[in-house]
Amino acid sequence: MKLQVNTMLALYSVMEFAADPQRHIPAAEIAEKYGVSSHHLAKVLAELARAGVVESVRGVGGGYRFAANVRRLTLMDVIQLFEDIYSPPRDEHANPVDHALGTVLAEIDQMARATFSSITIATMLRLVQREPQER
Amino acid sequence: MKPRPTVRRRPPAALPPTSGAVTVRAVRRGDLEQVIALDATVTGLEKRSYWERVYRRYGHAPRGEQRWFLVAVAGSEVVGFLIGEVRDWEFGSPPCGWLFAIDIDPRVRQAGIGTRLLSALSEALRAVGVRKLRTLLANDNTLILSFFRSQGMMAAPMIPLEMDLPPAPARGRA
Repeated sequence: MKLQVNTMLALYSVMEFAADPQRHIPAAEIAEKYGVSSHHLAKVLAELARAGVVESVRGVGGGYRFAANVRRLTLMDVIQLFEDIYSPPRDEHANPVDHALGTVLAEIDQMARATFSSITIATMLRLVQREPQER
Repeated sequence: MKPRPTVRRRPPAALPPTSGAVTVRAVRRGDLEQVIALDATVTGLEKRSYWERVYRRYGHAPRGEQRWFLVAVAGSEVVGFLIGEVRDWEFGSPPCGWLFAIDIDPRVRQAGIGTRLLSALSEALRAVGVRKLRTLLANDNTLILSFFRSQGMMAAPMIPLEMDLPPAPARGRA
């Protein structure tokens, strides 16, 4: 399974903010780290701010900071701000093979939603710590 | 008319500020009423005969049976419980720990009590040489799923399956 670019940027950003929740992080810093334009990232951060995941900080040293609960915010909460992981509704005019494939794909989507819904940002931070660090 | 589930209201708990105020120990017969009430509070359904059977099987496990029914107690109040056992060679799987019930009083959640209970089971499993712990949950039970994830659990290399069993067709007269 593959997530869309904006969803991945949102997840990278949330992880950056959640790793140091007191710190105000300028959007440009995250943009540079992940090799995207600040303009592109600004739209993603604005959506996260609208959802209350981060809050903007004005003035010198401004930027954004984490505003959610790491033990309650799940990957699914972030992902669903940017894309749907839902199977299309059943098309009554589709052929039987499409119907059967739709049933299988719906099962996979259900597993994906359950997995994303069960992993909080706090758990993600622990998973990242377990990974070998970049040199 | 469908019978309504009986739910006994529990009196307010003296909230333990941290799990350090809680003792984890093996269940006793005198705890069972509180276990039944706690389960009824969480699930909305009192299952007395079920819990009596569970207590007989897991609360009295003979030595060597490798079954654990643990309770977390604050003062004289049961604020959580956990039940697990070792299962051998199910579907070819080497002996592994199975956790099939865990409940924490909603009034004392996020105090580390679930972590204490899980640690106690993990210790018991390690002591008998088991190196794997498994559980099974409904995929919409995000609260408990998130708890197990926070403890380091990941998806197992197995897929739970089920099927509906339609009623048997009526037999014609011979």
